[in-house]
Amino acid sequence: MAFTHLRELVELAQSRGVQISRVMLDVEVEQSGATEQEIFDKMAYQFDIMEEAVRKGTNEPVQSRSGITGGDGHRMYEYVKKGQSFIDPSALSAMAYALSVSEVNSAMGRIVATPTAGSAGILPGVLVSVLDSGRYKREDIVMSLMTAAAIGLVIANSASISGAAGGCQAEVGSATAMAAGALVELADGTPEQVTHAVGLALKNSLGLVCDPVAGLVEIPCIVRNGLHSITALAAADMALAGVRSIIPPDEVIAAMYRIGNELPLSLRETGIGGLAGTPTGKAIRERVFGRVTGTDVGASAGVQACRTRAVHVPETTVQDHLEPATLQDHPAGKETVTDEVREADTGQEQPREGQTTI
Amino acid sequence: MFEIIGPVMVGPSSSHTAGALRIGQIARQLLGTEPGYAAFQLFGSFAETYQGHGTDLALIAGVLGMTTDDDDVRRADAIAVERGLEYQFTKGSGGQYHPNTVAIHLSGGDRTVRLVASSLGGGKAEVQELEGLPLRFSAEIPTLVLYHQDQAGFLAKVSQLLDSSGYNIARLALERWRRGGDAITVCEVDGHLKSDICEVMRSSIPGLKELRVLQAES
Repeated sequence: MAFTHLRELVELAQSRGVQISRVMLDVEVEQSGATEQEIFDKMAYQFDIMEEAVRKGTNEPVQSRSGITGGDGHRMYEYVKKGQSFIDPSALSAMAYALSVSEVNSAMGRIVATPTAGSAGILPGVLVSVLDSGRYKREDIVMSLMTAAAIGLVIANSASISGAAGGCQAEVGSATAMAAGALVELADGTPEQVTHAVGLALKNSLGLVCDPVAGLVEIPCIVRNGLHSITALAAADMALAGVRSIIPPDEVIAAMYRIGNELPLSLRETGIGGLAGTPTGKAIRERVFGRVTGTDVGASAGVQACRTRAVHVPETTVQDHLEPATLQDHPAGKETVTDEVREADTGQEQPREGQTTI
Repeated sequence: MFEIIGPVMVGPSSSHTAGALRIGQIARQLLGTEPGYAAFQLFGSFAETYQGHGTDLALIAGVLGMTTDDDDVRRADAIAVERGLEYQFTKGSGGQYHPNTVAIHLSGGDRTVRLVASSLGGGKAEVQELEGLPLRFSAEIPTLVLYHQDQAGFLAKVSQLLDSSGYNIARLALERWRRGGDAITVCEVDGHLKSDICEVMRSSIPGLKELRVLQAES
């Protein structure tokens, strides 16, 4: 099994009369030399980590290290509990969870890359929300992660799961497709329905550019993880209802790959174009990293000191969403433009954990 | 499969955090002892965004021997102070390096290591230069790094020893400063390297001055 086409995956599952997760597990046993139980246990451990990140970000607000984002997972979670939302609360909780995991990620908390750190919110978001619904067993949810892995492998092998290579469609788009497929299998859909969910979900992500503000995995990554968890749920429901992706799912993946190649570099994780290039995006960059002086200026200098032991960057925290007018010189700026090595000043030293909310 | 669902890591970026930590780990394993001083020179995207991504903390965590999923990575700087590690970050310019590259000078005891390494994405790391020699390796599979005299028959002896111990050589590179002078050989093998291989090599390979084993602990 080369994992290059969903079609092959479906045929293999159909011929054996099993689900895609079983095909994936058998291949893994064969290739890794580990036992079925060992592999299952490792995946179950990863699901534990996912759930831990979900709870961490919903129980209390989590602030990113840069201070530019945070608290939205908790905010959504509190809103969901009021029961006044347009989207059914059980589904909307998936969004709160996805936001939470992405916020934990940006706070240097522990997450599982699914398939990447930048798209790590979507699978935990939908899967922990269905766990909470009480309709599915934990073991079955762990197995559905193997289906997600099989889908992700096909996408990685035939297109890309890297934002730098293929844009956000390759990260968040892939994660959405993986989550949609996993949900369909969990709901006892057929292997073919699994792939239609992939096709439908991925279609809705085509063209999504990777334009992180200041190059950080925060804006718009966190919000995209949140909203795409809803897309994953919806795509799963469409496939289970019998809606098909008229363009075969493998061809949708191929289209995603071609679109990725045609994206300009400024929209592939360079932090230059798109939202990163807006006036506010640029102002945030300057506030977080300081005015870029160009390290190549004065080549004879060669090296610029940017940080020594015990020089800590105080982390200013911006509440809620930034207004361009409120942007001020960030202390970090002084760090990156200085051209002399600063000596340790233990009086200013603050352990980082004191500044982190998780 | 676990490259798609996984690894478990601290955020926010597989290339700028997990990959950077991995580079720090490689440097530590090459040093072979607790480091007392570390200088990191950052290039490209590492230099521009290291604070926002915690690349600095990840590098420190790596040379301290932490793993990519260690919750303490975000307070690696404080732990460095506790453990007596002095460190320094500088920005480098020039050089035709990959965007996410760091040059590390690590010392501890009477040992020093200098290397240039890049984070290639998805947590993958690759050494580009070791002690100024163009040696490229990822240390993803068990890797022997041999510091030796350049002399006839050295590689023959190495391969003979590995073969008789049941190891298959997956990749091999030798670089030297000058003919007959100091040299470094990097040898990647299939299968976990047992500690006795070091003893055997030290005692029976003429010209071998030092060796390091880079591999995940079993």
